Amino acid sequence: MTTTPILEARDLFCTFQVRQGMFQPKRPLHAVNGVSLSIEKGGVLGLVGESGCGKSTVARMLLGLQEPTSGTLAIDGQPLEEIGRKQLAKRVQPIFQDPYSSLNPRKTIGNIITLPLYIHSIGDKADWRRKVEDIMDLCGLPKRAYDMYPSQLSGGQRQRVAIARALVMRPEIVICDEPTSALDVSVQAQILNLLLDLQKELGLTYVLISHNLAVVELIATKVAVMYLGRIVEEAEGQAFFAKQRHPYSEALLASVLTPQAGLGVPDAQLGTTFPNPIDPPPGCVFHPRCVHAGAVCKTTAPKTIRDGRGLVECHLYDDAVTV
Amino acid sequence: MTTTLSVENLRVSIPLSAGVLHAVRGISFEVARGETLCLVGESGCGKSLTSLALMNLLPSRAKREADRISFDGADLLKLGERGMAKVRGNTMAMIFQEPMTSLNPAYTIGNQLEEGIRLHKNVSAKEARERAIYLLEKVGITAAASRLGQYPHQLSGGLRQRVMIAMALMCGPDLLICDEPTTALDVTIQAQILHLIKDLQREFDMAVILITHDLGVVARVADRVAVMYAGEIIESGVVGEIFSRPTHPYTQGLMNCIPVPGKTRQGERLGTIPGIVPSMIGEMTGCAFANRCAYAQDICLQPLTTHDIVPGHAVRCARAEEVLALTAGSNQAGTIQSGSPA
Repeated sequence: MTTTPILEARDLFCTFQVRQGMFQPKRPLHAVNGVSLSIEKGGVLGLVGESGCGKSTVARMLLGLQEPTSGTLAIDGQPLEEIGRKQLAKRVQPIFQDPYSSLNPRKTIGNIITLPLYIHSIGDKADWRRKVEDIMDLCGLPKRAYDMYPSQLSGGQRQRVAIARALVMRPEIVICDEPTSALDVSVQAQILNLLLDLQKELGLTYVLISHNLAVVELIATKVAVMYLGRIVEEAEGQAFFAKQRHPYSEALLASVLTPQAGLGVPDAQLGTTFPNPIDPPPGCVFHPRCVHAGAVCKTTAPKTIRDGRGLVECHLYDDAVTV
Repeated sequence: MTTTLSVENLRVSIPLSAGVLHAVRGISFEVARGETLCLVGESGCGKSLTSLALMNLLPSRAKREADRISFDGADLLKLGERGMAKVRGNTMAMIFQEPMTSLNPAYTIGNQLEEGIRLHKNVSAKEARERAIYLLEKVGITAAASRLGQYPHQLSGGLRQRVMIAMALMCGPDLLICDEPTTALDVTIQAQILHLIKDLQREFDMAVILITHDLGVVARVADRVAVMYAGEIIESGVVGEIFSRPTHPYTQGLMNCIPVPGKTRQGERLGTIPGIVPSMIGEMTGCAFANRCAYAQDICLQPLTTHDIVPGHAVRCARAEEVLALTAGSNQAGTIQSGSPA
């Protein structure tokens, strides 16, 4: 493709030094272990994986809240380091999981949404009020909420405030970290509809982090599956949900409880052992839980295979290797 | 199947400065050995208070009333605090949502596992320890003996929830109440934990009440379903019936607003339920859902009863038959068909 992706990460690593006990030496934990990804403008990248796989660390790096140990991040072809902190905040904004803890309880809704405008000193006071009311309207918040406090709002309304705050600067990219998992199902539907509407209306690009695969299927145009700090499979949304290639993606999809009565609880045969990220297994990191694992998987890490469909990291798809 | 728990007209009210909040408003249900009843509803519908009312663990301000709560033949309403303490954790056990906050961080898991059985049953420390190891292995924890000396913070979320389940099973309960047991867990772990609960239920022939807001969990786990709204059970029946023929407009609304894997297309708009839950302070006549319901008419404001539309499928809606007739023809956009057993 000739267009530059709006967001591109190349060979991102993020390593933390952690101590396991008071007198133990520090050891490296590779939270993100060589991640490359890119999103086209107006696309939605769904980042899925179990807790501890590094998806939130990737999000923090995209927001500039966490410096990568190595690797490059670029927005519209411009490296992240060259974009100032304020400039970056103008272009990339987060929406967090829990609207109960991400809003300051002592500020009014108007104050909360105005703050970004104030910090970036955009326009004057009259301008602010108009801008804030516009975005509140767009996010489905009533005008009277302007002078209310977060405690006076319901969970769904608070999440709308969080979305309004993220969008008041008209960013290009929004990082949604589990945007609906703290909400009730009927409220979740409203928020998902809102996110879809806003994306169309404002031409936004989303990075959606979620463990709810039904939500990812609904919103994402592209899916990346992470396991122990690496992307093990990446594909277009439709293709991915029709057929997964990596055994881990298959297991993830098999674990989803679709609302169909009488089918019983699926058995994904993943085993119980989520590996310790400080002591990752040798070879393919997924092999202790993989139903297809062979001898080669225990010793050799799989190559990254890129083809027309996307990316997969598994010996099963490497013609040069027999499992 | 013998009925383990039978509840008639349970009410929970909380006096507030603004008036009395009727959090649970006259619900009746029963659950038999080997059977799973799912209580479904959104936050504030009274499902968690119902479970706490059964265990008599309500906050001290809240008042519990009922015509009858019989459990294993005994009347729980007549049991005092001492009598209830003999039931709780013994024949009636509970698993909570967040395993980290319900395990004591200052005690080893062995300590916490053995405490209950030592209290309720006349067993030696050695026997208690053996039972703990046996159950930890049952719930799929490897190297169980060495885990007994560990503290909750040394375990992952999935393992903690397994410990909670093992703890609930220590005394061999007749009824297991699970309040959102998998909400805080990853999808892969969720499937494993639910599998485990079903296996153990079969093995120990327990009655299970599972409280959740996740319709996926309900469809896969429940034998019978009770949908709650504003403190009332508005629809109940066997799981296949509820999912193939949701009748109450609220149940229909719930089913239309979840994205269904494989059915909902990328970028598709989900159905929503307009409006908000009414205030539950003070008395309420008529249907609690009327102010949000597309089918509401004057009759909905009259006092109403729960009635069966077919035997075993009860709906609390004055216009249930008409709603069913109206929605059956239009093939209810997004309504989920029940699958054939795997």
